[in-house]
Amino acid sequence: MIDVKHLTKAYGSFVAVKDVSFKAEKGQILGFLGPNGAGKTTTMRIITGFMPATAGTVEIDGLDIFNNSLEARRRIGYLPENPPLYVDMRVEGYLRFVAKLRGVKRAEIDGAVDHVVQVTGLSDMTGRICGQLSKGYRQRVGLAQALVHNPPVLVLDEPTIGLDPRQIHEIRELIRGLAGDRTIVLSTHILPEVSQICDKVVIINDGRVALEEMIKDIPEGTSLEEVFLHAIAREGHAAEAGAEETLEEVGAGHSA
Amino acid sequence: MRNTITIAGKELAGYFVQPVAYVVLTVFVLLGGWFFFAMLRQFDEMVQLVQMMGQPDTLRQMNLNTRVIDPLLHDLSVVLVIVMPALTMRVFAEEKRSGTYELLLTAPIRTGEIVAGKFLAAGAFTLVMVALAWIFPLILIVFGNPEVGVMFAGYLGLFLLALSFVSVGLFTSSLTQNQIIAAISSFGILILLFVISWPAEAGGGVVWALLKYLSLPEHFSTMVRGVIDTSDVVFFLSVVGTALFLTQRSVESARWR
Repeated sequence: MIDVKHLTKAYGSFVAVKDVSFKAEKGQILGFLGPNGAGKTTTMRIITGFMPATAGTVEIDGLDIFNNSLEARRRIGYLPENPPLYVDMRVEGYLRFVAKLRGVKRAEIDGAVDHVVQVTGLSDMTGRICGQLSKGYRQRVGLAQALVHNPPVLVLDEPTIGLDPRQIHEIRELIRGLAGDRTIVLSTHILPEVSQICDKVVIINDGRVALEEMIKDIPEGTSLEEVFLHAIAREGHAAEAGAEETLEEVGAGHSA
Repeated sequence: MRNTITIAGKELAGYFVQPVAYVVLTVFVLLGGWFFFAMLRQFDEMVQLVQMMGQPDTLRQMNLNTRVIDPLLHDLSVVLVIVMPALTMRVFAEEKRSGTYELLLTAPIRTGEIVAGKFLAAGAFTLVMVALAWIFPLILIVFGNPEVGVMFAGYLGLFLLALSFVSVGLFTSSLTQNQIIAAISSFGILILLFVISWPAEAGGGVVWALLKYLSLPEHFSTMVRGVIDTSDVVFFLSVVGTALFLTQRSVESARWR
């Protein structure tokens, strides 16, 4: 469903994403993991067609996001890092606007908006002005706009960031419920989130894919934290490795 | 087309829920009222003066169109130079800053439709502004005897002028995420188009003729005098077309950088 091949993105001389490839199949939830600044947001922006890649391709349902952009974009629901809300619109008006923009048929708009409002728990908030919502509700409206046209592919950039534990739980349940025959890519740096809701994990570090693995294939007894740190360390620079050794030596000196 | 209307509808509704548009509207109409009052006072005084001196020929030559509406429209055009950049500065810059730009550019719509929708909305708002400024001709029609056709041509000129300001404003707004930068640079371009013919007043030759052709007041003045010349209308429409084309390129450039 989502096929990312040899993606490279350079901002001038700075290369944010280097030869990234991975695949997410229909019905899968793919967790996109990595430290801050690893290139997660850049990769997601390329997948959704917001910006072009310097090299490489992305196919959504077999459609190239660059050459067949309109058709490919029709199939994607996207929640960017910051929920893209118009601060002076009301929640319902905003969702209706997004539904129209994403090509929901006129007769189906009411139903589509009602449905996502229910699913994301916004029933009491439809008359509120987006700019006055709390962070948690903004996130829900962001999720609602990504879902309103019932897309087969969902791209969620840190969907649970800034939420309180109860909201995090609710949003996770919601995402898991959404999977079905959809393909979902979500980025996060909360490790338990991935092991709880994802089928597959892709770890990205310093712009490169450090690991692509099914969650069920991770050996039992190994925590995702260990897998993550191991993958990152393997990709780490020689200098960092050197620094680690020095620390170990210092540690050894103390214990001696 | 449907997407263009969706964008235009949302934008137009946006103008009426945020204060900038109301401030622009108020400043425009209030200043217009003050100018109108001043012109009318002057006109009145001159009429009395000419009457006292007993010159019926001069009195017959004086009319409301050239003495009141003509200078009023020129003053309003200067007000527009100042307020229109404030109206258009947020159109793209705000979307970029708040992150809604990602929503627009990842939606299955063409950049041309985004630009067209935003222009339609700003154009409709401009129409409201110019229509409200019809209050002054209306007052003259009720209490005096001006030539309606000439006033209509002048107001059409004012509307076309405002549309070209809007399109320049959309272009500068599409270049930045900073509204101040958008406003100042569109202000700069508009002022330049106002004074571009200054060095050409005396000279001849092709370059000077070109500068004269590019001058906005040059074309506007013809319409204010009551002449709707196709070449002036075409000029304003080509300013709009060029600026909108550049805007579309600028928005689209996010896809090739």
